[in-house]
Amino acid sequence: MNIFVCVKQVPDTTGKVAVKDDGTLDRASMATITNPDDLNAVEAALTLRDEIADAKVIIVVMGPPAAASMIHELLAMGADEAVLISGREFGGSDTFATSQIIAAGIKTYGLGEGDIVFCGRQAIDGDTAQVGPQIAEKLGIPQVTYAAGIKYEAGKVTVKRMLEDGYMTVETQTPCLITCIKELNKPRYMSVKGILEFDTKPYYVYDYEKLKDDPLIEADTIGLKGSPTNIFKSFTPPQKGVGQMLEGSGKETVDKLFNILLEKHVI
Amino acid sequence: MAYDCTDLSAFEGVMVFCEQRGGKLMSTDFELISEGRKLADERSVELTGVLLGDGVEGLVPELGGYGADRIIVCNDPRLANYTTDAYADVITDVIHEEKPEIFLVGASNIGRDLAPRLAARLHTGLTADCTHLDIDMNKYLDFLRTGSTLKVDDMKWKMEDINLKMTRPAFGGHLLATIICPRFRPCMSTVRPGVMKKAPFDEAKAAACKTTMFDVKLDDAKLKTKVLEVVKEARNIVDLLGAEVIVSVGQGIANDPQKGIALAQELADVLGGVVGASRAVVDAGWITADHQVGQTGKTVRPKIYIALGISGAIQHKAGMQDSELIIAVNKNALAPIFEVADYGITGDLWKVVPMMIEAAKAAKGV
Repeated sequence: MNIFVCVKQVPDTTGKVAVKDDGTLDRASMATITNPDDLNAVEAALTLRDEIADAKVIIVVMGPPAAASMIHELLAMGADEAVLISGREFGGSDTFATSQIIAAGIKTYGLGEGDIVFCGRQAIDGDTAQVGPQIAEKLGIPQVTYAAGIKYEAGKVTVKRMLEDGYMTVETQTPCLITCIKELNKPRYMSVKGILEFDTKPYYVYDYEKLKDDPLIEADTIGLKGSPTNIFKSFTPPQKGVGQMLEGSGKETVDKLFNILLEKHVI
Repeated sequence: MAYDCTDLSAFEGVMVFCEQRGGKLMSTDFELISEGRKLADERSVELTGVLLGDGVEGLVPELGGYGADRIIVCNDPRLANYTTDAYADVITDVIHEEKPEIFLVGASNIGRDLAPRLAARLHTGLTADCTHLDIDMNKYLDFLRTGSTLKVDDMKWKMEDINLKMTRPAFGGHLLATIICPRFRPCMSTVRPGVMKKAPFDEAKAAACKTTMFDVKLDDAKLKTKVLEVVKEARNIVDLLGAEVIVSVGQGIANDPQKGIALAQELADVLGGVVGASRAVVDAGWITADHQVGQTGKTVRPKIYIALGISGAIQHKAGMQDSELIIAVNKNALAPIFEVADYGITGDLWKVVPMMIEAAKAAKGV
């Protein structure tokens, strides 16, 4: 059984963010991290692999060659193999084009009847949550998103799927794609054994040449040219009008604040 | 005529996916119908809703009252609860038949599951979590004049552009981006709950709204997912969108998260509010995700928003800066949160918040 995990390397948007003069993100100046939700997907895959005989975990990453350092960490966590999908032709892809390429990568490796694809719910740089479902559609397999609990039993997967006001229990069959949220598990750390062994594990690079015969890969379905959406304009929002900084931080200041609130009838 | 997603002129009208759970409409439906009405009027076209369920035609007037001209009702026992398979199949059939120019979906956990699946199948673009929509360039430029730092009038614009201009926070909310889908139809977007304003309910429009019963064709062999049960949340889920007062905590409570949250809760209780949190607090596992305010959490606009120990990353500000009155307490006088605060106190929250609780009690007479 192949257990695929799609992982993205992202700029760390929780820290300081640099914006260039033209309003785009200065990615070069920012630290990169493994997308947080994707670590939960990796953990889900490793947990499942550990329960099943003859299963392996394959990390699938689309990104620049520099993503190798992140992939090494995931192999050191315990993943068995990695596929890096990388090529200039793939640059500038929106979620539609990205899912075409990643789906082609998974098909090229080989997706079998009993296999499962895990993704994180969404990536912190785009926050779209679109690529997982779009890969599932391109692979023609069922999807379950927002997984907070997963039970696997011989080709049948039962998922606790979170909603805003509760949850659903959903049953589906393999092959399928599941997107994971952070409530699902606690990602493990790299092990010493893993760190010593990561460079002995199979590591494949799929470029345009390798994928180009897949029907999903066409000049008008990948890269910037194959992306249905385009950026019309990007900009920074204005600062709100200047508020009032109250002097001091003692009881007088707090009382003054609440007197203002009372006068304004907001409380 | 064959369906061709690149034949732009074949597509007309604005369509909204109307989500129901357990036979009840979601408030996002009314927000999207209200917003869809404005867009349909700009293009002088029909606004339709598509409603899936089992015996849900009784909900039509409720949607009509917010401005829908017509609701396409798809009834089938297999549509009672949402599944990606069945909903995507039926809505694909509806879109193939109706060919709407614009298709809007609420960015709920269900909408964000459905919309990408549909967009991939229909070969069209999808923009996630939009917070602003425009068609008319004059209206779009008006929006940019107040909603951006661009020098709009010094720039060149293609005034005849009639693409739907979908604006959303990008890169964790540090930037806003306007996205278009110029070559394919329908143009699809998911829209953030709580952002678009609901129109006033109009009884006459409710009565005038038409119903089209759609002939649902589902193939059991193609349905690979089954809903075994639907459980309403047993844990206490916080109603950030409905709250008039929100007291939020940030990284400033790191020294003693439990105590920090308890203090915020006490202040919220006195003021009749609820507790919110920044992403850092949720990511650290100190509080559940339903409390999260910001780009990845909820967009809120309460009467009073109190930010305690929140530095104010744009990601957080994106979710709260439209609150009517913002009070910030932070020990760092240069914290960006003060840029959006109406009243700021530079101080140690462990000392200031207990005093705020006392002052609030006195003000409320409790």
